[in-house]
Amino acid sequence: MKRLRLAAAALPLALAGGADAAEKLTVYTYDSFVTEWGPGAAIEKNFEAVCGCDLELVAAGDGAALLGRVKLEGAATEADVVLGLDTNLMAEAAASGLFAPHGVTANWDVPGGWSDPLFVPYDWGWFAFVYDKTRLAAAPTSFEALLAAPDDVTIVIQDPRSSSPGLGLLLWVKEVYGDKAADIWAKLKPRIVTVTAGWYEAYGMFLEGEAMMALSYTTSPAYHAIAEGDDAKAAAIFSEGHYMQVEVAGKLAGTDAPELADKFMAFIAESGFQSVIPETNWMYPAKTPEAGLPEGFRALPIPAKSLIYPPEEAAAKREAALAEWLEVMSR
Amino acid sequence: MRPAPALWWAGGGALALVLALTIGAAALVFLWAEGAGRFTAPDWRALEFTARQAFLSALISVALAIPVARALARRRFPGREALVTLLGAPFLLPIIVAILGIVAIWGRSGLVNDGLGALGLPKLDIYGLSGVLLAHVFFNLPLAVRILLQALSDIPAERWRLAAELGLEGRPLFRLIEWPALRAAAPGAFALIFLLCATSFAVALALGGGPRATTLELAIYQAVRFDFDLGRAAALAGLQLGLGLALALLAAGLSAPSGLGPGLDAPPERWDGRGVAARLGDGAALGLAAAFLIAPLAAAAALGVGGLGEMGPRVWLAAGRSLGVALTAAAMALTLGLALVMLVVALEGRAPRAARLVEATALLALVVSPFVAGVALFLALRAVVAPASVAMPLVALVNGASALPFAFRLLLPALREAARDYGPLAEALGMQARDRLRLLWLPRLRRPLGLAGGLSAALSAGDLGVVAIFATPTAPTLPLYVHGLMSAHRMEAAAGAALLLAALAFGLFLAFDRWGRA
Amino acid sequence: MGARVIRLEAAEVRAGDFRLVADLEAQAGGHLTLLGPSGGGKSTLIALIGGFAAAASGHVVLDGRDMAGVPPAKRPVTTVFQEHNLFPHLDAAANVGLGLDPGLRLSAADRARVSAALAEVGLEGMGGRKPAEMSGGQRSRVALARALLRERPILLLDEPFAALGPAMRAEMLGLVAALRARRGMTVVMSTHDPAEARRAGGHAAFVGEGRAGPAAPIEALLDAPPPALAAYLGA
Repeated sequence: MKRLRLAAAALPLALAGGADAAEKLTVYTYDSFVTEWGPGAAIEKNFEAVCGCDLELVAAGDGAALLGRVKLEGAATEADVVLGLDTNLMAEAAASGLFAPHGVTANWDVPGGWSDPLFVPYDWGWFAFVYDKTRLAAAPTSFEALLAAPDDVTIVIQDPRSSSPGLGLLLWVKEVYGDKAADIWAKLKPRIVTVTAGWYEAYGMFLEGEAMMALSYTTSPAYHAIAEGDDAKAAAIFSEGHYMQVEVAGKLAGTDAPELADKFMAFIAESGFQSVIPETNWMYPAKTPEAGLPEGFRALPIPAKSLIYPPEEAAAKREAALAEWLEVMSR
Repeated sequence: MRPAPALWWAGGGALALVLALTIGAAALVFLWAEGAGRFTAPDWRALEFTARQAFLSALISVALAIPVARALARRRFPGREALVTLLGAPFLLPIIVAILGIVAIWGRSGLVNDGLGALGLPKLDIYGLSGVLLAHVFFNLPLAVRILLQALSDIPAERWRLAAELGLEGRPLFRLIEWPALRAAAPGAFALIFLLCATSFAVALALGGGPRATTLELAIYQAVRFDFDLGRAAALAGLQLGLGLALALLAAGLSAPSGLGPGLDAPPERWDGRGVAARLGDGAALGLAAAFLIAPLAAAAALGVGGLGEMGPRVWLAAGRSLGVALTAAAMALTLGLALVMLVVALEGRAPRAARLVEATALLALVVSPFVAGVALFLALRAVVAPASVAMPLVALVNGASALPFAFRLLLPALREAARDYGPLAEALGMQARDRLRLLWLPRLRRPLGLAGGLSAALSAGDLGVVAIFATPTAPTLPLYVHGLMSAHRMEAAAGAALLLAALAFGLFLAFDRWGRA
Repeated sequence: MGARVIRLEAAEVRAGDFRLVADLEAQAGGHLTLLGPSGGGKSTLIALIGGFAAAASGHVVLDGRDMAGVPPAKRPVTTVFQEHNLFPHLDAAANVGLGLDPGLRLSAADRARVSAALAEVGLEGMGGRKPAEMSGGQRSRVALARALLRERPILLLDEPFAALGPAMRAEMLGLVAALRARRGMTVVMSTHDPAEARRAGGHAAFVGEGRAGPAAPIEALLDAPPPALAAYLGA
């Protein structure tokens, strides 16, 4: 699962050492993708086994900084593929003109389908409030229920200015409530214990018992079940539907290894990539691998409705929604 | 002091480095972005909140540090050394660990509220300005105590004898003997803490309860990370630097040599404070401070102990890398710090205004945003060299420069006094700059050097901001390793590795500090 | 009478409102006492000769050379200050050794000379002690031992024994006189105590009311004091 770096700075400078380009594919991605526990190592091994090439994963920053890095380097970039943008950044990325159509066709298992010509999805998740069944017996089943819940049903959320889940919640409320979003935030505010900069602080505070629920993903309980054998964590499923995050990759138009890049883009849909995702990124794979989902994922509840703004609309709505949120929350 | 050319070069070089990493970095990013960011109403609110919380955090930390430092200076009790040493710990905790430690004690379901609840008293809600101040005082009270304790320990034994002879106690004693020493050290401590708090953002937001507690650093982070609006990021960084510079200039103007003569290095014996009230007062100050500092530390440690077994073998490699970074950075900070204080002391005699300006500049490295510095270094370096190939030296360099303000603050009063008292003699004897450094300044400055080296090493070991800019996640330093664990959702292992990180930082601090006090 | 090793010709020092004009001379191998009230400018005058204060006008001529722009260590003088004569973190031998080499790179022969100098001032075998472990008189002796090793023709003493008891002070004066006789140094010493000036003998000059000098034999000066000195002496 990709999320805000706590105090991580803008642009990792790990540049590729220039070796012979014909045999090498350089993929810019975010930091946690290439750590010891991220999906990077296994995906690199699996891809190199089929391509007979050298795949180099370069940590180049998170979110907008990853895109910014590519923009900054422009035509001179060593990157052939950028992996780790999400739907909120796609409009801006497309407008940069740096990306080329991928031509990959696959039966994506992304709710609502997928048909973007420039970007290929590689994983996705639903944002949700996660709670502990031993502490909260009856979790709210909708936003309405959350607003009407007893005062001790508290939540801790992330700041939309610094965190993907935070931005997800902002757009979630906007999509469900539209013009009434500001009122909803005002009603929600008393039960928000605090707003943190990153995911880890919020989730850590929830685990410490500081709040009844934390903003995270519906897949978070799978981690507790699989890695810790703890079945007490669950995501509250809301009847209004859940906002989604889809993480995507794109091929750079200026790549000096177009064929290899195409190969990699196609590989994203295959099991050698997709089977690694669930238990390293803790997200749903964009295409369910042949062996199916791990046990802990199969047991997860599925929201009845998926919500997401198309990229252009997300980009257009963000600024106003943020200003509205700031106005209410700063009161 | 008649400075040698080498001194001008060294001091000038150190100064240039600080300027390049602060004003230079913001300017470079600004120029590259080719568009001035406009300031919006929320930016001004962020500036106001940044200044207000930093001011109050620094004021409270320094004010509370006075009784604690006084008590520590005059009491000898078992465990005193351990307590003084422990004072380094909160400051060095990884941010995230510290937040969870504080919440475990002061949060809604924390120990304090459990206690209040059991007594039937209303619960505390710390989220808001009070939470921000609580956390910042937790981090910085120990730093203030150490600086003030240093100042009190520098009061020569002869003074205490004189005070005893005159029967000075309580208020007159404070006014005549202790206050002048504190008065000289307090503005520096205040400035240091103000600047440290000015760049806080994760702590301020989490304990500030939400966007009301937005600092400039958060706005910078947003500009870089979410909007990639470099012009705006640079403009905000400029605003932050301006705030820092104004404060640093103010503090430089307020700090003054204490005017207390040097002693003959005999440990001071104290005759004051033998009354019951004084004993009770000191006991209360020390007891409360110890409880305030130790409780969240213990809670933070308890969080990590369970995860120690799950960290994975590569954690030790990461720890080794961090150790290397820390030692190099400490050496850098001390070298740069000595060069700068020697420059300032040399300037003080001939161009006091220039000396004040250099003094203020030396503090600026504290308010440089790692996000902006990162972008700037990237822009500056990418044409010349593959930054990954020089990652570790760069990390050590930048960390050394960021720790410089501590070294500078701690060394300056000590060198000033040494130069005032022994400069003429060194001059009369014709000691060269090198000889003065070796025979005079280094031995006279051993204590502040140890403390400054310890702080620099520990801060560099724990640094994430600068490290994350350069280091590759595949060969991580310990903070990056912790970070990777967090991103991979491994809460327990992350807490364990964070504990190891805190232990490493604290161990480094301890080793240097011990050397200084030996 | 020897050559005039010190010549101050209308040498003026200014420090804020304070102003001092000095006109005086000292003979080589002689003893010159600077006598005057506290705050009268004695230390300033010593600093002027030693090179720690610059003359705004006039001349400071030492050993026949004009000293304008010459740093303290390059002057034919060595100074013993009122205080801070010793580095507290160095032992007595190292403090003395600095007189031979300010970088403390001492050969075996140098170390022997240090021991000899310590013995000469009556501190035989005490080279290993730190200043904090010595009495005030002993610390003064260490400073004198170092001054001897520097082998400068002029020894400046800025009320060096003010902190000592009368007996010890007399003893130190005796030591200075003996060293002067043995080494042929010129000694310039400041004091506010007329009795001490008389005991020291040689010449003296009054320093006060913005003026210093001229120098005259001590007995003559004290027996027929000019008006300013007379006012100071209360005679």
